[in-house]
Amino acid sequence: MDNLLLNVEDLKTHFFLDDGVVPAVDGVSFHLRKGETLAVVGESGSGKSITSLSIMRLVPAPPGRIVGGRITFAGEDLLAKSEKEMRDVRGNRISMIFQEPMTSLNPVYRVGDQIAESLVLHKRMKKKEALEQAVEMLRLTGIPSPEKRVRDFPHQMSGGMRQRVMIAMALCCQPELLIADEPTTALDVTIQAQILELMQELQRQMNTSIILITHDLAVVAEVADRAVVMYCGKVVEEAPVAELFENPLHPYTRGLLNSIPRLDENVDRLFMIDGVVPNMLRLPPGCAFAPRCPEAREHCRETAPRLTRVAPGRLVSCLLVEGGAA
Amino acid sequence: MLRYVIKRILLLIPVLLGISFFVFMVLHLFTTDPAALMLGQHATNEQVAALREELGLNDPVWVQFFRFLSDLVQGDFGRSLMTRAPVLDEIFSRFPATVELALAAIFIAAIVGITVGVVSAVKQYSVFDYFSMIGALLGVSMPIFWLGLMMIVLFSLKLHWLPVSGRIDIGMEPVHITGLYIMDSILTRDWESLKSALLHIIMPATALASYSMAIIARMTRSTMLEVIRQDYIRTARAKGLKETVVTYRHALRNALIPVITVIGLQMGVLMGGAVLTETVFSWPGIGSRLVDAILASDYPMVQGSIIFIATVFVVVNLVVDLLYAWLDPRIKYS
Ligand SMILES: Nc1ncnc2c1ncn2[C@@H]1O[C@H](COP(=O)(O)OP(=O)(O)OP(=O)(O)O)[C@@H](O)[C@H]1O
Ligand SMILES: [Mg+2]
Repeated sequence: MDNLLLNVEDLKTHFFLDDGVVPAVDGVSFHLRKGETLAVVGESGSGKSITSLSIMRLVPAPPGRIVGGRITFAGEDLLAKSEKEMRDVRGNRISMIFQEPMTSLNPVYRVGDQIAESLVLHKRMKKKEALEQAVEMLRLTGIPSPEKRVRDFPHQMSGGMRQRVMIAMALCCQPELLIADEPTTALDVTIQAQILELMQELQRQMNTSIILITHDLAVVAEVADRAVVMYCGKVVEEAPVAELFENPLHPYTRGLLNSIPRLDENVDRLFMIDGVVPNMLRLPPGCAFAPRCPEAREHCRETAPRLTRVAPGRLVSCLLVEGGAA
Repeated sequence: MLRYVIKRILLLIPVLLGISFFVFMVLHLFTTDPAALMLGQHATNEQVAALREELGLNDPVWVQFFRFLSDLVQGDFGRSLMTRAPVLDEIFSRFPATVELALAAIFIAAIVGITVGVVSAVKQYSVFDYFSMIGALLGVSMPIFWLGLMMIVLFSLKLHWLPVSGRIDIGMEPVHITGLYIMDSILTRDWESLKSALLHIIMPATALASYSMAIIARMTRSTMLEVIRQDYIRTARAKGLKETVVTYRHALRNALIPVITVIGLQMGVLMGGAVLTETVFSWPGIGSRLVDAILASDYPMVQGSIIFIATVFVVVNLVVDLLYAWLDPRIKYS
């Protein structure tokens, strides 16, 4: 794979709390090619956000800490970088968009200044030049009369507008990788579609790679090339999107697919797999999904499965899948 | 914004009226006969009665109040019973000393309080954090006069580092420009006077600042901790900004919004504290003059000083509100 951009190997990020260790990310591996869109899906608490914060080296510490693994970005070992070297990567070569557009912008600064701040920092632009560039970025994200809106404060904008500002801010330095952590979850459906379209359009223009974190499988189907399914801090399945939808191998993936909401349903209740996510402080010894798995056998509860390649581009971590034995 | 400012200024009028009414009534109801006071112990009843008539003290209360009010509006606060000088002149000659003390105190309280609060928040649960919060607890609970006396005992009487009392060494007063000695001595480059003024003010200002400093430190710490958990701080870090830039440009500016209000409210507390501090340190401001006036039952002076102090308090609060509106763009000017 010569066009490999990001390679995450056996990443472990744990939270050291008073009452125990939470293995929020526990041996996660995946890779990303240039220009590709990789979806990371899973229920709430499965470790999606902590995985992306680990790549940025922004895990809240304490209590969190990256305790193992390797993250290689454009041939460079991110975990070996100093804090100063990481600052040159953040916002410049790897950018992030967050789930909460309403609160992710600083309320006391004009949006233009917030975009310009990145350009001044990473591209050594003069303030005036950076503000002009900020207007261009806002124009690119489809905000009407951007030369006026740069002077707006965040509270003067709607959620959709603010997410466009976040996108403009994330892409203004033309990063090689954009990590979008549930960028549309907080927005209503029509705005969601516009924002996703915008991200794809800008991806084409700038040849950015995207990691799209979501628990909305409909979004995955629409925009991603490949998908990684996470459960309790581990990758349980990885596949090209078309194949994942056609032939899901892991019972958890099947559960997710069966519970894609219809449009008229409440968006908050996405997943209706029976049972609840286990307590991360006391994970079961075998497969973490076994207690909820309709197909679980006796040895599923005793032996932990490993992520195994079962076909080209297809990986699964389940004892029930042929060739997927530990 | 201008309309908002004008509206707020107009709103001051009923507030000031209320204050004047309250002060007038309290003094009217609880003081001894001013006519008797003015004439001294040897006056006859007839003389007192004649003076009461002359001063209009036999008129109905509301007539007296409106007379008092119309005098006030014309800048006539009456004359001090002790010195016979116009009350307003006395106030103006004493006011710069109080302003200087209060400004020095709020400056110390804000600078030290905010710095300690920020460092405590950034280094939460560190040794520094524990010690500064214990210090803040002491600062809040220690009475000013006691702290002031202890400081005098230690720094003046034992160590001889600082003068016991007063505003400046006699004969060192700088050329009068603003009436604030520190400011005037800087303006006239009179470094000797500046040194003397600073040595005199440091103890009373610190004593007066202690309570506010503690309040500001605790407030800054808690709002910083709150702000640092916000999503936009994560955004700032994800941009690749240095931690110091994240703390000072992105977090502190937001944390300061509530802190500014607290600082403004502390200005009022300082005005009250100034009365005690000025007495302990013999600081020649309105506070010590007010205490003298109370002890001498010099009621026009008491009345005038209180109304004056209250007015300053209200105006300071207005300025703080306007500053607040400017700091937080989400506040609507209406
Ligand atoms: N600051 C923290 N302190 C302690 N535990 C944490 C912290 N942040 C995350 N965790 C733990 O890490 C686990 C993974 O969290 P993460 O935020 O990555 O989930 P997620 O997949 O992004 O969920 P969501 O869909 O709700 O965003 C959670 O189970 C949580 O208990
Ligand atoms: Mg998340």
